[in-house]
Amino acid sequence: MSVQRIPGFNPMFRLQWEKAQDSYVLLYPEGMIKLNPSAGEILARVDGQRSEAEITAALQQAFPDADSLAGDVREFMEVAREQNWIRFL
Amino acid sequence: MNRTGSVSSSLSPVSGCLPDVEPKPAGQPLWLLAELTYKCPLQCPYCSNPLDFSASGQELSTEQWVQVLRQAREMGAAQLGFSGGEPLTRPDLNELIQEARHLGYYSNLITSGLGLNERKLEQFRASGLDHIQVSFQASDAEVNNMLAGSAKAFEQKLKMAREVKANGYPMVLNFVTHRHNIDRIDRIIELCVELGADYVELATCQYYGWAFENREQLMPSRAQLERAERITNEYRARLEAAGNPIKLIFVTPDYYEERPKGCMNGWGQIFLTVTPDGTALPCHSARQLPVQFPNVKDRSLEDIWYRSFGFNKYRGDDWMKEPCRSCDEKGKDFGGCRCQAYMLTGDAANADPVCSKSAHHGKILQARSEAEVPTDTPMTFRNERNSRVFCRSD
Ligand code: SF4
Ligand code: SF4
Repeated sequence: MSVQRIPGFNPMFRLQWEKAQDSYVLLYPEGMIKLNPSAGEILARVDGQRSEAEITAALQQAFPDADSLAGDVREFMEVAREQNWIRFL
Repeated sequence: MNRTGSVSSSLSPVSGCLPDVEPKPAGQPLWLLAELTYKCPLQCPYCSNPLDFSASGQELSTEQWVQVLRQAREMGAAQLGFSGGEPLTRPDLNELIQEARHLGYYSNLITSGLGLNERKLEQFRASGLDHIQVSFQASDAEVNNMLAGSAKAFEQKLKMAREVKANGYPMVLNFVTHRHNIDRIDRIIELCVELGADYVELATCQYYGWAFENREQLMPSRAQLERAERITNEYRARLEAAGNPIKLIFVTPDYYEERPKGCMNGWGQIFLTVTPDGTALPCHSARQLPVQFPNVKDRSLEDIWYRSFGFNKYRGDDWMKEPCRSCDEKGKDFGGCRCQAYMLTGDAANADPVCSKSAHHGKILQARSEAEVPTDTPMTFRNERNSRVFCRSD
């Protein structure tokens, strides 16, 4: 598994910030998943252009106080792929 | 709808409006079902529309629907269903889709496919429609058309399902199953795979509205149901092994359960329906209850959701009677479905008789045994003429 791989959304899902729920949600046919803050921050940077490594770097920059995030991002990417939210392009 | 479990609300009820009742804790209306019209070219005998739909008042105008969408979004609604009747019969559907996208909804069009064409599919896509659910009556033209009361329906549905995918929409195919089509479940699944559905709802019909009238002719036997579930599981395993991401969702009728479903995730907790004439309901079949429900023409949605009598009536659990009142499962199923309790026991505050603890559970057992002995009585089709028979004369 290379950190150069590029994640993109499964077109079935739409990520959106929901003010009323104070969180990111994933919307899909007749359903909604409320994301926890770290999952939301990672997915918000998935755009079908940036690689996993670039996403990790962007997060590291946004949250300078956090320890190394690479492991967390990789783990989450696997979960997100299993859930079919994202695919690797 | 995924239950997020968050029921706190950031919206504090505004003062100035006197509540009908003491407001009870409510979640946010995350789900808005907009029943745009009762007009429909089909006549499904299991339609969930009210029996007396033909007596319903004038449909809301475009401007009134836009207001409803705005207010609900403001209150937290994120999922929007355009339904009916057949929503395609509303000439302003495209305008409402545009407004929905503009407001940030995930919009779902729930359609029979009749009245759909390639031009509309492209137009709706450009306007921001997110998903289309096409409902089928059966897997072959003959049964489908018999059930839908239309000769060309099946062909049109197939064509439109293909076009929906060609336009890049996620697609849910919905098959309402019952004793006349459930034995063809293999064929139904194969058809869905062939059409490229993303999700398939194999929903054994629930007995509300017209389906309740036709229950005897619709309810499958236990053997039929078990066979269908087994075949669905076999297909699931086979499709997954082949790497096909299609999801098969099998919905058993609660008549074969010993505990009721947690209806609507609780009365007035996440779900809001607005009917063609503007009546607001906590569930799309609640209209049949002897409860006065508010109308969006008279008051704001916010006021309706938090402070109306109808939306507070069965919130929480102090309305409950025994056996629910002292039952340790009441937090899980909320005593089941109010409409089913009303239809089968005459009192909406009773336990849903699906529950084996209910004193009326015998009604369910009786329906089950009737389903073992098929009858030949004809079905009552959902149309204007039959609806007028059900209208309360006033
Ligand atoms: S269930 Fe059938 S008759 Fe009822 S609105 Fe849907 S398509 Fe029309
Ligand atoms: S008695 Fe009432 S609350 Fe308890 S399981 Fe039955 S329906 Fe649910």
